Amino acid sequence: MRLSGRQIDCVRGGREVFSGLDFAAASGQALAVVGPNGSGKTSLLRLIAGLLAPAGGSVVLEGGADELTLPEQAHYLGHRDALKPALSILENLIFWRDFLGGDAGDLRDSLARVGLSHATHLPAAYLSAGQRRRLSIGRLLAVRRPVWLLDEPTSALDAAGQDLFAALMRDHLSGGGIIIAATHAPLGIEAMELRMGGKA
Amino acid sequence: MTALAALIRRDIKIALRVGGGALVGVLFFLTVTVLMPFALGPDLALLTRLGPAILWLGALLASLLTLDRLFTADHEDGSLDLIVMGRTPLELACAAKALAHWLAAGLPLIIATPALGLMLNLDTTATSAVALTLLVGTPALTFIGMIGAALAVTLHRGGLLLAVLVLPLSIPVLIFGVAASQAAISGPLAFGTPFSILCAISLVSFVIGPFAAAASLRHGLD
Amino acid sequence: MTLIDLANPTKFLSLTGRILPWLAAATAILLVIGFYQAAMAPDDYQQGATVKIMFIHVPNAWLSMFVWGVMSLAALGTLVWRHPLADVAAKAAAPIGAAFTFLALVTGSLWGRPMWGTYWQWDARLTSVLILFLMYLGLIALWRAVDDPSRAARAAAILTLVGALNLPIIKFSVDWWNTLHQPASVLRMGGPTLDRAFLIPLLVMAIGFSLLFVTLHLAAMRNEILRRRVRSLQIMQASQQAA
Repeated sequence: MRLSGRQIDCVRGGREVFSGLDFAAASGQALAVVGPNGSGKTSLLRLIAGLLAPAGGSVVLEGGADELTLPEQAHYLGHRDALKPALSILENLIFWRDFLGGDAGDLRDSLARVGLSHATHLPAAYLSAGQRRRLSIGRLLAVRRPVWLLDEPTSALDAAGQDLFAALMRDHLSGGGIIIAATHAPLGIEAMELRMGGKA
Repeated sequence: MTALAALIRRDIKIALRVGGGALVGVLFFLTVTVLMPFALGPDLALLTRLGPAILWLGALLASLLTLDRLFTADHEDGSLDLIVMGRTPLELACAAKALAHWLAAGLPLIIATPALGLMLNLDTTATSAVALTLLVGTPALTFIGMIGAALAVTLHRGGLLLAVLVLPLSIPVLIFGVAASQAAISGPLAFGTPFSILCAISLVSFVIGPFAAAASLRHGLD
Repeated sequence: MTLIDLANPTKFLSLTGRILPWLAAATAILLVIGFYQAAMAPDDYQQGATVKIMFIHVPNAWLSMFVWGVMSLAALGTLVWRHPLADVAAKAAAPIGAAFTFLALVTGSLWGRPMWGTYWQWDARLTSVLILFLMYLGLIALWRAVDDPSRAARAAAILTLVGALNLPIIKFSVDWWNTLHQPASVLRMGGPTLDRAFLIPLLVMAIGFSLLFVTLHLAAMRNEILRRRVRSLQIMQASQQAA
């Protein structure tokens, strides 16, 4: 499996964010997107996720499932956690498993792996920022999808959480997955680097 | 199907739990209706004559005002991105969200109608006519209002602007809803004529609403 | 010259720059002739001189609907063909359409005054035009609500198309509602039974007002293009200072 983008132009609100961008990542590879604020890291991830239309160029996934589009084979972990405070931890995860569909993992196991198995019936409103992040990482485990698009995945996590997440990413890569992560901090895994914001 | 059922279940749960807005709509409906006699005077004959119109106006405002957050709440916490990326066609997901909203916020209005009809001195025929027309008409209001709710995501604002955009589009529903109720109460028209047109308008809105909302959401994310 | 050539804003500016004076002149000539003929037209045996309001009212009423049609086409251009001038056309048309609709309302109300004895009756035609006016105002409010023109364009395009689908339903509903409550309508306008003495000035006025719309629309589109250029220059300036 190989995810690649060719000559991508991105324009937002009449402003050119980046242009002529190329990137590629194959199965088992991670790509760390680095660059200063406003260089278009988030835009690139949203573009790959199909949430933004490119002004030019294209993104393709070769060797994936034929009947599914790239966004349907990708997990997007954005700045926002996509959690409902009124629902319990387990209910949040059950919803995303049922809605996203496809190849589902075991929910209790997923929660255990992100360290949230002690209080699955509590409302998500009671979680701290780091725990919310762990719960949304649990979503990546609850439904198996080959491409992970991560936007500042470790921002709210403490040192233990970052180690735990690095282990999960390594598992995903060794299972043949692809990771594209926008980040300021080191990811804690082997990753190629894509530097954005070359122009002054 | 599981995806749609999950979406409907989730939205209803959220609406009914603490912080959900479902029951505020009924409260608003009740308050608006109670307000009317203070403006018109406690003349029961007059209230009986205006009853269906009062109930319909109250239900119209209540169902549109609660729609404000239909998509913006999901947009703010990032859920909408994942819903757009999902394998379920966005049009169906929008329809499911609207259905869930109607079940949680529209249906209670209809259940409250008999009690309010009593206060406006409507007899059984009149009350059941209003309830029946609301049962057919409020889904249309939800599905038309959904377009405005989706535009609110693009515009980064809702509230009054949304109401201004959507209310003119809901005039046909209001006209035939009230006309059918009046026809059942005082004639001279047969109840069936306006009622079947009301049903037709509802069916049309079930098609236009999800498509327009999905188009708006697809173009409106950034 | 094809539509592709027009897609380029610079070509559009230079081309319309050459056409506009001629268009404006043709509009002025037609409107002068139209007003003269309208003034010379005989009084109606029933309505007297007030029938002459028709010569302004009918073209405005026709344009109020025509402009929504133009905006719907532009909306398709925005959503389907992604034509770069489509949202400029849609945005420029909205206030002009609202103005024509407002004129149709005012003239309709003035025309109705001698017959109804009031300035406003909940007459089916006038009520439909009033709802159309509200929809224009809503659309303009939407355009003004968002700073980024391309975002606003897509939202406005969807609302315009939904409006276009709903307008026939609204028109039908209002007609139905009106016959239910008030069977006899006093206002009768247009129609093939019109005498030649009225018909020819009316046609001249209709063409004149349509040309007026085209002239105003092209001029407004030019303004909008220039306004957007200023905006992107300002954005460039801001990002340079930040860097």
